[in-house]
Amino acid sequence: MSMRLFELMLWAAGKTVLLSAVSIMIGLAIGLMICAAKLSPNKLLSIPATLYVSLFRGVPLLVQLLLIYNLLPVLGIMVPSVVAAVAGLSLCTAAYQAENLRGGFQSVPRGLLEAADMVGMSPWKQLTRIRAPIAFRLTLPALVNEAILILKASSLVSVVGVIELTRMAQNLSASSFRPLLFYSVAGAMYLVICWVVAGGGSLAERMLKTGSRA
Amino acid sequence: MTRPAVTVRDVHKSFGKTEVLKGIDLAVPSGSTTCILGPSGSGKSTLLRCIAFLEETTSGIIEIHGEPLGFADTGDGGRTRLPSSEIRKVRARIGMVFQQFNLWPHMTALGNVTEALVTVRKMKRKDANEIGEAQLARVGLSDRGHHYPAELSGGQQQRVAIARALALEPDILLFDEPTSSLDPELTGEVLNVMRELAGGGMTMIVVSHEIGFAASVGDKIVFLDEGKLLLDGPPSEIFATPRHPRLQQFMETYLDRGAATLL
Repeated sequence: MSMRLFELMLWAAGKTVLLSAVSIMIGLAIGLMICAAKLSPNKLLSIPATLYVSLFRGVPLLVQLLLIYNLLPVLGIMVPSVVAAVAGLSLCTAAYQAENLRGGFQSVPRGLLEAADMVGMSPWKQLTRIRAPIAFRLTLPALVNEAILILKASSLVSVVGVIELTRMAQNLSASSFRPLLFYSVAGAMYLVICWVVAGGGSLAERMLKTGSRA
Repeated sequence: MTRPAVTVRDVHKSFGKTEVLKGIDLAVPSGSTTCILGPSGSGKSTLLRCIAFLEETTSGIIEIHGEPLGFADTGDGGRTRLPSSEIRKVRARIGMVFQQFNLWPHMTALGNVTEALVTVRKMKRKDANEIGEAQLARVGLSDRGHHYPAELSGGQQQRVAIARALALEPDILLFDEPTSSLDPELTGEVLNVMRELAGGGMTMIVVSHEIGFAASVGDKIVFLDEGKLLLDGPPSEIFATPRHPRLQQFMETYLDRGAATLL
């Protein structure tokens, strides 16, 4: 493989990382809101949140991407395909992240909040100082897992015309007639990216010291 | 006669259809140590949690230094719920130590002790740390301030929890089975701290199975059975023989589990 082709593959890998990272972050923000809505005693909030989760978890991501890509123009929204791709990935991962976060929030031992209550912390302080930091630590392994899943699932956005790592490998294979080479390189690049994400995750876990009871 | 630190008047508490407290009356004098004994399910922890307002009573009134906690008497036999700002104010006089320590695992020992000083009392970090270090020294842990709870033994964790409660200078300290989740070898260090606090004039209410501690440190023993206050008096009276048959039975059960068989 020439240097120039390798650079093209690297560029595409960078795009895959960027797409996934942005989607994970947006998904985290939406996921937090859905989690809050789902935990709310208000049914007007919790029922739509539950519906959202079951909808986005129940329909294949590939179908979601194709739906969003084709739906936006019908609604009169003209956006580049990369935006549709990020929207699709974000909305989907948000559903999974909302569930992960809910698990984290519900696993914070009640006694830790009672202790916070007894020292006079307001409900808001209890949330920001005790509940959320502990829930986040509990959720971190699942978040890393989800990030890796999204990284790999981002290969699906090639169907809406976004050129990322998988699509680039496909294109170069077709023009060079050397599919094994390009798909192997693409596979290796995915693997390295996932290693980095997993390694970063365990480093973060170690840095955010948690007690054995958390 | 000065007002009792804690007054409990005809308190009932039900969980669903199960009535756990069936009309408790209790007065805890200021500066005294009251030990609540009773078999499992007698309602002793529930009573303590009601005094901490971690549980809301079904009926009855609890007063802290004469001020109603949570619910106030309306004068016509009913009661009215007080605003949460009022509840927080009265509750600020109470500190609580839990069976499971309940230290916040993401904060160091010093962080646990100073957290409320900074976030609730709005103290400067430096001043809070000074108080925190002094309180940790008081429970014999001045060298453990930067350890996380997971790095401490159970006895040390419970002492940090006591320091956390003391940092806010409460008038009344509540202990909910403070040694029940500790290895027997580690109970001594926690009981010693409690003994010192009692000697220093802190008002304490202790729910515990440590009969020896109750007999030697308690100014007042309360024995609960099936949600009712069966006995209430000084240890010399309560533990004097002949004992109330229910207490005798309770003590035998507890001694039976321990060294009594070896004697």
